[in-house]
Amino acid sequence: MSKNILEVRGLTTKYVTRFHEDVYAVDHVSLSIEEGKSLGIAGESGCGKSTLALSLMGYYFAPLHYMSGDIVVDGKNISNMDPDDVRKTVLGTEIAYIPQAAMNALNPTRRIRKFVEDVILAHDPKADRKQIYEMAKARFAELGLPADVLDRHPVELSGGMKQRTVIAISTILKPKVLIADEPSSALDVTSQKMVIKMLRDLMDKGYIRAMIFITHELPLLYNVTDDIMVMYAGQIVEKGNAKDMVFNPIHPYSHGLMRSIIVPEEGTRNHKLSAIPGTPPNLKKPPQGCRFADRCKYVVPQCRYNALPMIEAGEGRAYRCGHSVQHLREEYQNDDE
Amino acid sequence: MKNTIRQVFHSPKFVVGFCIFMAILLTMLIYPFINPGNPLKMIGLGTFAKPGTYVSLYDSVTTETSIFKLPDADAKRLDKFLSSEDRVSMVNWFTAVGIDISTLDITDTNALLSLWKANYDPALKPKGMTKAQRNYYNRLNDSLNAASTSDTLTVTEVDASSGETVEKAKIGVNDYVNVGNVANVKTLPLGTDNFGRDTLKELVAACGTSIEIGMIAGAVATIIGLLLGLLAGYLGGMVDDLIMFLTNIFTVIPSFVLLILINYSINQDQRGATTVALVIGLTSWVWTARSVRSQVISLRNRDHVNLSRLSGHSLPRIILTDILPYIASYVMMAFILQVSSGILAEAQLSLLGLGPKTTEVPTLGLMMNWAMLYSAHLNGSWWAYFPVIMVIAFISFSLNLMNTGLDQVFNPTLRD
Amino acid sequence: MTTSECTLHEDIALRPKRLEDLASRPLCLSGKGVTKIFGTGAKQTVAVDHVDFEFHEGELVSIVGESGSGKTTLSKMLLGLLNVTSGEIYYQGKPRDISTRHKKREYWKGIQAIFQDPFSSFNVFNKIDTVLLDCINMCGGRHLPKEKKIEMMTEACCFVNLKFAELTNKYPFELSGGQMQRLMIARVFLLKPKILLADEPTSMIDACSRATILDMLLHLRDEIGMTILFITHDIGLSYYISDSVYIMEHGKFVEHGTADEVILAPKAAYTKRLISDVPKIYEPWDLTTV
Repeated sequence: MSKNILEVRGLTTKYVTRFHEDVYAVDHVSLSIEEGKSLGIAGESGCGKSTLALSLMGYYFAPLHYMSGDIVVDGKNISNMDPDDVRKTVLGTEIAYIPQAAMNALNPTRRIRKFVEDVILAHDPKADRKQIYEMAKARFAELGLPADVLDRHPVELSGGMKQRTVIAISTILKPKVLIADEPSSALDVTSQKMVIKMLRDLMDKGYIRAMIFITHELPLLYNVTDDIMVMYAGQIVEKGNAKDMVFNPIHPYSHGLMRSIIVPEEGTRNHKLSAIPGTPPNLKKPPQGCRFADRCKYVVPQCRYNALPMIEAGEGRAYRCGHSVQHLREEYQNDDE
Repeated sequence: MKNTIRQVFHSPKFVVGFCIFMAILLTMLIYPFINPGNPLKMIGLGTFAKPGTYVSLYDSVTTETSIFKLPDADAKRLDKFLSSEDRVSMVNWFTAVGIDISTLDITDTNALLSLWKANYDPALKPKGMTKAQRNYYNRLNDSLNAASTSDTLTVTEVDASSGETVEKAKIGVNDYVNVGNVANVKTLPLGTDNFGRDTLKELVAACGTSIEIGMIAGAVATIIGLLLGLLAGYLGGMVDDLIMFLTNIFTVIPSFVLLILINYSINQDQRGATTVALVIGLTSWVWTARSVRSQVISLRNRDHVNLSRLSGHSLPRIILTDILPYIASYVMMAFILQVSSGILAEAQLSLLGLGPKTTEVPTLGLMMNWAMLYSAHLNGSWWAYFPVIMVIAFISFSLNLMNTGLDQVFNPTLRD
Repeated sequence: MTTSECTLHEDIALRPKRLEDLASRPLCLSGKGVTKIFGTGAKQTVAVDHVDFEFHEGELVSIVGESGSGKTTLSKMLLGLLNVTSGEIYYQGKPRDISTRHKKREYWKGIQAIFQDPFSSFNVFNKIDTVLLDCINMCGGRHLPKEKKIEMMTEACCFVNLKFAELTNKYPFELSGGQMQRLMIARVFLLKPKILLADEPTSMIDACSRATILDMLLHLRDEIGMTILFITHDIGLSYYISDSVYIMEHGKFVEHGTADEVILAPKAAYTKRLISDVPKIYEPWDLTTV
């Protein structure tokens, strides 16, 4: 078993609102990724996946505050580090982060190669510009980007090309972990495919050693990541490998999510499309017991009283529910009939 | 709507601006009751009376007196008598003659006078002093002597029938009258202007007129701008092109020049306050029309407008219910700015002499005009122009502050 | 009908039978050579390029295209909000005439729309009652007694699983995105048009609530025999719910047919590329053909 390149234990971070209320957007999240593997994080909007991505970098801006927990990257504990240290030693070299719609972050007045220079010079002020240019050209060619991209301005590039450029620039220093937050949601399907291909290439060619892919689109995760984790209201509700998660989910929420996937394949018509009524709970006052209880079809009174831990279910799977796996599987089967 | 009003009054800038403006408005409304009468009535016959309380000398002579022996009365009298120029001249005389004045305090009247009495000799001819100067010192000496000797003043009257001079009253040096007992006392907090009009009364009336002109000009400009902007923005095509053509003409010609020309062509007699207001309004609608138009263009492709059209609503109804409420906050702000600029435009026009008729109502600009024409700034009559400037500044300031406050309410990105 | 009990599944089972008698049903909307050109002279853009189409009564047609393909322009022309540059549109077999305002109103009694962004579909100054009352008035119910109007509005809200009693005096923006979209469907329920044009109605809704909206649309179709024109960029969605599919690229229809024909056995190169670019879960997704 290869070692864990990223380990997160009990990470809790909060937002402080204007009225000094605490919102625990990420509540005791633990995960680990082995070298050469990738993890997908799924969930509806507002569940805390983007906050988790920000928190994993160790770079906190008010109103986001770190509360507790450990983040260990390749043996190095980066939790609670000084922001300046994080900037100098972690960002770009250990962990790289691509936020949503990152393509809009490119300064329209400069050429692409200037951004590459900025990233490299920030970490190694003595590097030679010519060498940087040659290295960037080679890297871009390997990743499938045309050679002239480096000399262009961002305005001249299409949306998909810009996003791929940003991904290439973020990984130029070969970070150990890449965190991509919805890298393809604003693009059309063809550009999306190219972005996904580039991410796969980065993993296969060893430029990154682990990846976290955050999205609300489940078919993407199935094709890109090895494991999938489902988040709800700031907590992880289920995790496991991609195939099992999509075709045999345990937790009622993941079951609902997977059952709302629509793909242009015949298999889609074989299952009932499901809908989950209601909205996520208010995280200013999270419910005492299971946070999904108000929207769950299989809720029983005990669900609302006990705070639930993650239960192991074998083969790397874990879920957070009061019911047993067998009970849930029976319920799902009844519903399908 | 209620929520919006509550939000608006929570904005500190709006509240401050609103309070200042309300204070000005209230003063303007209440003051005529405290001090009624025609503000343009000339009560002074000289020019530029200083601010202060004016007591009728004629009446105080015949008012009942009380006797007071105040310790510093003499000194005060002499202080008033000797101006600072006189004192400086006396010191110059001492220096010219060679008397030691190192220990002399020029403001100590008694010491100065005793030194003068002890040393002044009209026969002395100090070096470098001309005959005219020596005559001046002689006159000064004589008047000093005269001032300190009289104890009583006598008021006489020539009897109409007999032609004799009859003593009317005797005024002792320690006689005082209670101002409240005197028949005619006039307090002029801001003195009079060159025509002899009560400046404060004039100012309050002018304020009212200027604000009225501003409101009319603002309303006219906003309504024209709103109508043209709505039509141009929503209908597009030919109508838009036509209205834009009109707007471009008005933009290219400087509005102020246009204003001057129009006002000049209207005879002075026909230029009332309302006419001037209308003219200002008719030349300043341009930027309102432009901005309303661009807002409407962005609104007309919105989904709710399309759905309204699909529901078969008529054009006026769509403009009224789907477009107008969305730009209402903007139009409100535009109106406030138009009022402010209308008041300023009138002030500028009147300063040039192209404002409303000078014989009917005073306006802030007219007061400035008169002050300037009659050289108030040159002869130190600050009360004729300085309060006017302050009032114009405050009105403009309060209106703009209200506008900024409203802007913060309606555009959350500007909140601090 | 409860929200978690979706009957989409059953609808799909009924689809083959529905497709059988589709061809025999009359045409409600069709077009020949419909074109829209913006601008003049050298700077012209052809947004819609000579498209032909035939929509039958009661059919659920999807028009699939990426952004920039011209589907929004086509939808605006079908709705009568944009003028056609050339070509003919036929409504119920006869050439469509919307030259005067009166004729336009008559046309709009038969065709309505649901748009993508529920937040901008409502006038923020109108309460929910006003919105629904407006629909009743448009269908000629202006002179009905107040109780009857409230009954109609309650029925419409019940159809979309909202409680009218709770919604009175509220503004639409106080509801969630999914609820607002359902309110739009309630409007359509009151208006009972023959054709409904739904322009990406679920793209701004969470995946969990999507099925509810689709289910309601299908129920509406069954209830009033409505034709639904479903405009989307999501080819999987069009496969799932539609009877027929039209694929649009650069203003032209490159392929059309039943959903099974177009998506499981595409003929045009663009369609094939579009399908291969969507991530799959039942078959392996080929990333090499980029």
